[in-house]
Amino acid sequence: MNQKRGFFAVLMLLALGGVILAIARHVVTGTPFLPGQEKSVWLVEARIDFDADGGAVTASLALPEDQMPGYELFAEQAASPGYGFAILTERRSRRAEWTRREASGEQSLYYSAQLVESENRDDNHANDPPLDQSRIVYWDEARELAARDLLKVARERSSSPQSLTRELIKLLDSATSQNAALLRSGAEQRSDLIMHLLERADIATRSVKGLYLEDARRRQTLSRLVEFYTGSEWLLVDPRTGAVGLPADFLVWTRGRASVLDVIGGSKSRVQFSMIRQTISANQLARASNGEGLFSRLGVQRLPIEEQSMFKLLLLLPLGAAVVVFMRVIIGLQTSGTFMPVLIALAFLQTSLIAGLVSFVLIVAAGLALRSYLSRLNLLLVARIATLIVLVVFLISALSIVGYQLGFSTGMTITFFPMIIIAWTIERMSILWEEDGSSEVLKQGGGSLLVAVLAYLLMQNPLLVHLSFNFPELNLVLLATILAMGQYTGYKLSELWRFRAMDDL
Amino acid sequence: MGRAWVSRKQLKNYGMLGMNCRNVDFINRYNDRKLFPLVDNKLQTKLLAQEYGVPTPLLRFVVREQHEISHIEQEFEGLEHFALKPAKGSGGKGIMVVTGRHGDQFVRSSGTEVSISDIRRHMSNILAGLYSLGGSPDVAIVEDLIAFDECFAGYSHEGVPDIRIIVFKGYPVMAMLRLSTHASDGKANLHQGAVGVGLALDTGRCLYAAQFGRPVSMHPDTGQALGDIHIEGWRDILLLASQCYDMTGLGYIGTDIVLDRFQGPQLLELNARPGLAIQIANGRGLLPRLRHIEGLTLNRRFRSEHRVDYAMRQFAELEKNPPGVGAEVA
Repeated sequence: MNQKRGFFAVLMLLALGGVILAIARHVVTGTPFLPGQEKSVWLVEARIDFDADGGAVTASLALPEDQMPGYELFAEQAASPGYGFAILTERRSRRAEWTRREASGEQSLYYSAQLVESENRDDNHANDPPLDQSRIVYWDEARELAARDLLKVARERSSSPQSLTRELIKLLDSATSQNAALLRSGAEQRSDLIMHLLERADIATRSVKGLYLEDARRRQTLSRLVEFYTGSEWLLVDPRTGAVGLPADFLVWTRGRASVLDVIGGSKSRVQFSMIRQTISANQLARASNGEGLFSRLGVQRLPIEEQSMFKLLLLLPLGAAVVVFMRVIIGLQTSGTFMPVLIALAFLQTSLIAGLVSFVLIVAAGLALRSYLSRLNLLLVARIATLIVLVVFLISALSIVGYQLGFSTGMTITFFPMIIIAWTIERMSILWEEDGSSEVLKQGGGSLLVAVLAYLLMQNPLLVHLSFNFPELNLVLLATILAMGQYTGYKLSELWRFRAMDDL
Repeated sequence: MGRAWVSRKQLKNYGMLGMNCRNVDFINRYNDRKLFPLVDNKLQTKLLAQEYGVPTPLLRFVVREQHEISHIEQEFEGLEHFALKPAKGSGGKGIMVVTGRHGDQFVRSSGTEVSISDIRRHMSNILAGLYSLGGSPDVAIVEDLIAFDECFAGYSHEGVPDIRIIVFKGYPVMAMLRLSTHASDGKANLHQGAVGVGLALDTGRCLYAAQFGRPVSMHPDTGQALGDIHIEGWRDILLLASQCYDMTGLGYIGTDIVLDRFQGPQLLELNARPGLAIQIANGRGLLPRLRHIEGLTLNRRFRSEHRVDYAMRQFAELEKNPPGVGAEVA
């Protein structure tokens, strides 16, 4: 008894410790307990790679301004061992400059910025007067003619610079027009082409480079949009779609003709961007700028962006494990493979529920059919499972291809399923089928899927996702719960049914 | 007919042992994990039983290596009937019973005839681990066949009825007779549809019987009344079961015993994780008996005779006053 009391004391300590730590983090850092009270913060990282020639190196990267439409620069850092670093402001544009006396071999420089979403979508530069910059690039005769024809049609169909731009982009995409085809075939980028055409119509233009922000993206490059002057203000247009106005989730990185990246003393330079969305309360934003507290050091948010997205998934695993323990120990549901349902639930997180369920059932059913042939070959176990793995890979590829051809893009996400686990599942189910009949297979398979769906529903709950990521110490509470359930010696719910005959006594 | 559910409180009143309780309070506590191989491997159990003088079907020979199979027919010379088993098989899988010869052919219990090459292939499957848990390599054992005791005539569909006795710390605590039926396909597993007949610990008489979790009063295939069942030589059977504790050192085991017409009770196999269905067959829970034995100030020097006599006295009382309202099949 004493031993039991000690055990429960430890459990209480664990659970209390978790809760207290979470509350302390809440108080110190201001991270809210509920999602939705927080602001979205985009952490954007630019990575510059180049081969240094061996001499002095100067690398210069165009930076976003403090105020961008829809976003506000909150903090910025540069990491570049051995380099001098400065942020220069000249003529209202900002540039980061890395300098070093001697460098050779491959170099990587990092600049990262934290951007807060803001309500203010007005552009500071929306009303700048256009510079007199008629630096028209002249084309050959045929293209000039084609441009003139195209502009003429566009002008006839429009009444304002906005509508002219829209019509022009529409005409450029027309499949029947030879003029459009001729213009499109040039070496210029689409945005340059539109700018040159608009300049011929006496509309002032600016080029805009920016990023489409999407959570957990890596190796992105800047997208180019075009701004044109309506006579009173600048408007942004997407040169591919012709949509006028600032696209959602678009971060304006830099404007104008200045290059994005200049490297002196190096070659093969390029810049790539990765980004992640974080949720931080306004309160925390205020404090994070000094950011040296214990909790901000111990938060997952301190990890590099790439690791963070993995942790988002990893920290949800204890939740799934607790669901399995609950369903097996307290409810008494039979599943095939102890923690297989959790892995299936993780796969569902990637594929969405219905698509995941359908493809999982399809793969296992097809696998069982193939396995029934394998059992006639009298193979050894290891060879049999290896064969199944190969067959499952084939099945998944086939399903993906068929799904793609039929137009289901979800077909592609099946590859998230853990193949080796699926092969084992098929093997177990097939043995079960031979020994105990199909009803047992349905019982255990259904049980596994039920647990997987339950685990999925919990693991995609926004509140639980928020808590597990921002308060990792709450997993101690889960741990205590699991340990407590491990000591449960009462009846399972299923035993109330199993021993129902006792009612007749 | 009862409801589809029984309340937690009722189960507790009957002293029903649940799976969680069995695992945590009995198997984890009284069964040392390093002793498990003694019961999970039938060959080890058999050798141990021979060492302790516990009667088991006579072991004829063991096939350990693939190359022994090519000249196996010499070993079968003079063997009219035998059982071929995987040592690590579970739930009766991979057992081939040969009841006689017909020229070169072997006659199986089902009546089909097989050739020596069929037996070779079966042996090779056993060695490859087709029937063992997790597919680990196995050995094949050949032992004498149990001669069906006439006292069970009319009580079994196919296969020999066996007696399952739960032995806790050397004390027999509950017993049942398992009768295969057509529904169970000749197998003695209750969840597959075999009939479980609860046996009174003091007399070996039928106490209660159940199939598919519901009470029955006669064998579903033969119509024989189950209430008449009375096992002869009951004390010897309990003694045999009790000795298995001394033999293995496992505190909580299920012993499977069969009655041979000539040799008397024989130990067939042991189980370190015996199921809970025996409670349904008895219409009684195990827990009060287990707690009673747990509460004894145990004297290690107690011999199996003492333990059996104690259990026969002690649990006879329980059976006269069952926790559930009396519903004995008579």
